Formats: sequence, structure tokens, C-alpha cells
Amino acid sequence: MFRIGGAPIDPRELEAGLADPAYGGVVTFLGVVRDRADDGRRVDGLHYESYEPMALAEFAAIAAEAHERFGTVRLAIAHRVGDLQVGEIAVAVVAAARHRGTAFDACRYAIDELKRRAPIWKKERYADGEQAWKANAC
Amino acid sequence: MVRVRVLAFAAVRDLLGEHRLEIELEDGSRVGAAWDRLAAGHERLAALRPSVRVARNGRIVSFEERIADGDELALLPPVGGG
Repeated sequence: MFRIGGAPIDPRELEAGLADPAYGGVVTFLGVVRDRADDGRRVDGLHYESYEPMALAEFAAIAAEAHERFGTVRLAIAHRVGDLQVGEIAVAVVAAARHRGTAFDACRYAIDELKRRAPIWKKERYADGEQAWKANAC
Repeated sequence: MVRVRVLAFAAVRDLLGEHRLEIELEDGSRVGAAWDRLAAGHERLAALRPSVRVARNGRIVSFEERIADGDELALLPPVGGG
């Protein structure tokens, strides 16, 4: 359920992987490449790279923490690496639980923690040809 | 001597010019010595030290941690996933 790779992310596939008749609440968060940087510069696309074994271990740790904090929940987390175009899905977090409250809480926790601590890096490629590594504000 | 593999990512990799390299250090060396070796004479890289974290064999450690022969040290600038 934890994946890092260059292939496009299919949220439906992740959701299907968590399907369980006992789970009535499924929340999916998608992070999509925007056409503007936070400072307003026009963005052509992003480049992501990861320290994959550590990032996958971090995904698993985050999922275990969510389970502990919010109750029984299953998580699927997928992150793209390589070059992405505007509009493509960079990250998907799917949380499935018996009820919506746990699913929403776990999904929010997982994406926030992923952004804060998973060893993944993003380079913005601007329309004017420049590029720059961008850290998350935490 | 201890021989360690160093993995550099993102801005650190760009400044270092390499993603993966091997370095040799004195027995008993700490993580900080590995960083100092790589950043020696490299002002822009050296300036990143306050923001860089180091993972030793996949676990974040302090610059005071001792390193052992065969370790993998990953140099991790501030993350930007999601």
C-alpha cells in the first residue's frame, strides 16, 4: 500500500486495494501539480526525487501512528518521482475506516506528516527556464 | 580507516556534483567529520549544514554519531514532498 515510483498514480486502484465491507468511510487526498509557485511564478512542471527505502519506511510509520491515534484505519500512500506536468497527481493518500471521522483524521494526519518528514524533494521548473528546489513550509 | 557510502539528494547533490560517492575516514570518526570532508573548500555546500540532516543506515542521527565501516550516510536537505 506504500509506493514510490515514476508511473502515473491511479487513485481508484489505491481505493480498490483498501476495499473492505467493514469500512464505510474512504477519504482520498490528491496532491496535484499547480501552475503557479507560492510566490506567483508560472510553473511548467515539477521534478521529484526520494530516498526511497527511507521514504517508504516513513510512510509505514505514519500509517501506524494514524492507526494508533485515530483507531482502526488502513492507509494507502503513493508518491510520484521524476518529471511531472501541471495537473498530474504527485501524491495520493487514501484512508479507509469504519466511519468517516477516523478516515478524515487519518488522511489529514498522513499527508501533513508526509510533507513534514518523508525524504522526498521537489524542484520547481519555471516557465522562464529557471528551476529551484523548494522545501515545504513546516 | 572506515569506508562509508554517501548518498546526496536534491540541493546537496547538485552542489556536490554527485549522488553517490565513497569516502574513507579515520577510525572512530563521527558523522560531522564526513560532512566536513565533503564540504571542505565548498562554501555554498558548507552553508547548508544547519539545515541538512543525516541518516545513517536509514535512521536520522546527530552529527556526533560515530560511524562504522560499511555505513551508508544519506545527506538530506529540507524535504519538499507532497
